[in-house]
Amino acid sequence: MKVAKENQSRRSFLKNAGMSVGALLVTSALPPFNAILFAANKPKGKGIWYGIAIDIEKCIGCGNCAKTCKTENDVPPEPFFFRSWVEQYTIKNDGTIKVESPNGGIDGFTQSVPDGEIEKSFFVPKMCNHCAKSPCVQVCPVGATFESPEGVVLVDDTYCIGCRYCVQACPYGCRYIHPTKNVVDKCTLCYHRLKKGLNPACMENCPTKARISGDLNDPESEVSKFIKTKNVYVLKPHLNTGSKLYYNALNQEVR
Amino acid sequence: MNPQFEHLYQALTKVDGYIYPNEIELSWSILIVLYPFITGLVAGAFILASLERVFNVKSLKPTYVIALLTAFAFMLVATMPLIFHLGQPLRFWEIMITPHLTSAMAIFGFVYLWYLMVVLLLEIWFDYRADMVVWSKEATGLKKWLYKIFSLGISDVSPESRRWDDKLGYIVTVIGIPSAFLLHGYVGFIFGSIKANPWWSTVMMPVIFLFSAMVSGIALVMLVFMIVNYIRKQKIDMLCLDTIAKYLFYIIIIDFTLESLDQIHRFYEAEESFEIISLLMSGKLFVTLLIFQVLIGMIIPVISLGTMQFYKPKEKIRQGIYLVTGILVLVGIFFMRWNVVIGGQLFSKSFYGFTSFKLALIGPEGFLMASIWLIIPFLILAFLLWLFPPWKKTQEEHVSVE
Ligand code: SF4
Ligand code: SF4
Repeated sequence: MKVAKENQSRRSFLKNAGMSVGALLVTSALPPFNAILFAANKPKGKGIWYGIAIDIEKCIGCGNCAKTCKTENDVPPEPFFFRSWVEQYTIKNDGTIKVESPNGGIDGFTQSVPDGEIEKSFFVPKMCNHCAKSPCVQVCPVGATFESPEGVVLVDDTYCIGCRYCVQACPYGCRYIHPTKNVVDKCTLCYHRLKKGLNPACMENCPTKARISGDLNDPESEVSKFIKTKNVYVLKPHLNTGSKLYYNALNQEVR
Repeated sequence: MNPQFEHLYQALTKVDGYIYPNEIELSWSILIVLYPFITGLVAGAFILASLERVFNVKSLKPTYVIALLTAFAFMLVATMPLIFHLGQPLRFWEIMITPHLTSAMAIFGFVYLWYLMVVLLLEIWFDYRADMVVWSKEATGLKKWLYKIFSLGISDVSPESRRWDDKLGYIVTVIGIPSAFLLHGYVGFIFGSIKANPWWSTVMMPVIFLFSAMVSGIALVMLVFMIVNYIRKQKIDMLCLDTIAKYLFYIIIIDFTLESLDQIHRFYEAEESFEIISLLMSGKLFVTLLIFQVLIGMIIPVISLGTMQFYKPKEKIRQGIYLVTGILVLVGIFFMRWNVVIGGQLFSKSFYGFTSFKLALIGPEGFLMASIWLIIPFLILAFLLWLFPPWKKTQEEHVSVE
């Protein structure tokens, strides 16, 4: 009799405990407790959904994109603030890798490694990846960094408190603190131009058309076709940032 | 050249290898080193106080109130370095009114307020209420009025009411322990959840922060306890001091084990970031990590406190050893925070190079300002000890609530 009772109460204890744990799991999936599920969620994106494609084979390292970006978006001229820059990768015969980006590539490049030592060399234009599960959006404590309905990651500079948490969270080094505004600044994919039906300034000024952007949800768009027909790759895919910047012919050395 | 950027041009010449062009300047500097350091002291001091109260460690009794007041003094300052490092300090309240919940930083304000208001303030208040009523009758001038105001007009000093104070205070302590864990574990999560940074991104981070917090908090209370007794020219209760030192010894060992485990794991797995991190540890962080944090902050204290566990020299010598060890431990934990915060930003997220960091002397992020943020809590503590002298409290024993 006693044993039965004990079993009974143990079972009801287990049942209760199980129910509480279950309830906890369910509530943690409900707003606002689902905060931890940010990067685990599927990206939204209905309607126009911007993505970018860069063809490394076409980039000649002229630095026009970086230069244009500075003037178009009032980026401070000093060489510490970039929304868009170009890197020169040189892989030497002995396997060592040299990366350079003097003044973000704005003044063009010279090759510092003697010809005989070079195995291969190429340029990698960098900019915000407009990640669909962007770590920077995830960590902003006030929601000043946000994703527009078109999948463009933007900063509300009237709301940013300048805590720099997003700068730490971006794996690609795409953010800086604006020295006079004291808030964070980054690539907007020239949102002001997109809204007028224009291309981003860097893409407009690229002489070889190495960089394009467009609607990923439209299978007929140039970007969609680029992704479909080429071997594209994103930067640091293991971080699952949902990057929407697709590179053609990206070497694994690029980080 | 615009003088505003002079230090950046200088830093540019010191770049080693390749870093992303936006990475020259460290985003978080000395003020963000102070933030986990100070909150750690708060959490650690509080946990020591709770040990006495909840687990009934009688020998720690003389430190109970001192630990609480220390925690409180540091808590009042904890947010200051945070607010002052913001690009827009006046927008700080946005965190409170529009917190963005996916951010680990967003709930800081709530965790902080909960801990400050609900836990620390209430616990101290329940502990002092009856005393304040008594003191308000004896004291004169400013003190009298402060006691009157702080006791909130509840002037009942009957044994019954005191029993209630004690009971409620006990409940607050019980709530307080998980809160202290939450407070500092949470600070660790702020760093541990940044997947872009391999030096920070580890599940161990909150746990390591928690135990290092206990280490620093206990060391601080030990020092304050000794200094208060020196100043008051009182004989130090050696049983109490030995007990604190014993706890300090054990917690340092746990902390040391956890941190080693984290590093061993890092070396054993040797992921993509391994090369840059081992360069970081043997290069830019060599002095602050291996000398200050590990040797001075851990190995020497473990040896000296460990020796005290089975060999007990004369009281004066023991006190000297505890005093020096306490200071070494605090220095070590300060550099532990330094190595996390500054170290995590010295290497590029491209893993191809390093930037450099030079602490300025003046300016809001300078050495002097940082020192001020560390001195203010001691001034607050001195004021609190003047206003609420633990040694003048009438009620000696906590009523047992079990
Ligand atoms: S690249 Fe960086 S700044 Fe751009 S969306 Fe991704 S995390 Fe944010
Ligand atoms: S710096 Fe601004 S945008 Fe970035 S996380 Fe902080 S508040 Fe958000």
